[in-house]
Amino acid sequence: MNDDELKQVEIADYKNQIEKIKPQPKLLKNCIWAFTIGGFICLLAQIIFNYLLTSGLDKIQAGNAVAVIMIFLGALLTGLGVYDKIVEKAGAGAIVPITGFANAIVASAMEFKREGYVFGVGAKIFSVAGPTLLFGFVFSALIGLIKVFVNA
Amino acid sequence: MISLLTAFLIGGCLCLIGQLVMDKTNSSVSSGHILVGFISGGTILGGAGLYQPLVDWAGEGAAIPLSGFGNALAQGALKGAEKGIIGAFSGGVEATAAGITAAIVFGYVMAVLFNPKG
Repeated sequence: MNDDELKQVEIADYKNQIEKIKPQPKLLKNCIWAFTIGGFICLLAQIIFNYLLTSGLDKIQAGNAVAVIMIFLGALLTGLGVYDKIVEKAGAGAIVPITGFANAIVASAMEFKREGYVFGVGAKIFSVAGPTLLFGFVFSALIGLIKVFVNA
Repeated sequence: MISLLTAFLIGGCLCLIGQLVMDKTNSSVSSGHILVGFISGGTILGGAGLYQPLVDWAGEGAAIPLSGFGNALAQGALKGAEKGIIGAFSGGVEATAAGITAAIVFGYVMAVLFNPKG
């Protein structure tokens, strides 16, 4: 065995060792947390939605208002440092709802204040929101175009 | 009352799917990937007409996860497409404009007001 091969074996062995020591994600516990917190966030949104419907908004207005309110809450709780603690426990349960989108925006922007308010905060606000909106816009435009050509 | 239960269950299930993706794949799947995945999936399913029935049934449980935001984009684009190509481009953003503007405005305000903890 030459030196190179020996090195390969050592690297593979080392990786195996790490796999054994590395803490395995507690799948069941994580899933229960994600389900519960994610469900709770949606439940809260539904309570607000139902309230807005009874106060005279139509379904589309109420849906938009709920999205705005939830985004506000997500951004505020991130600023206060509360939301990141929720994400630690709930994982995807706090990331997948729209509050998690707001969290990603604020969390990435806050770190870059010292680079200024225009090209620091103003740019980094889109480090996660940019790709997310980009793929949403690209697919929605494609869907719209397909519809146009199917109808034609 | 039933609307609260379906919102909780469906919202919980969608988040559960996200958690399974995070835990069952390698650690290079970040929260950003989850957000991009959900909005893309929601837009495509919405365009195919498969997501809106879930929103009609589960309300905010399907609308608040980011896949619901994607579905709103797709529904807007489909509606705009009835008015032609320009409508296909403008429809998606029109339908979600309130949420997108709120995210950017509140995101900026909070990032300026608060400093990172720890």
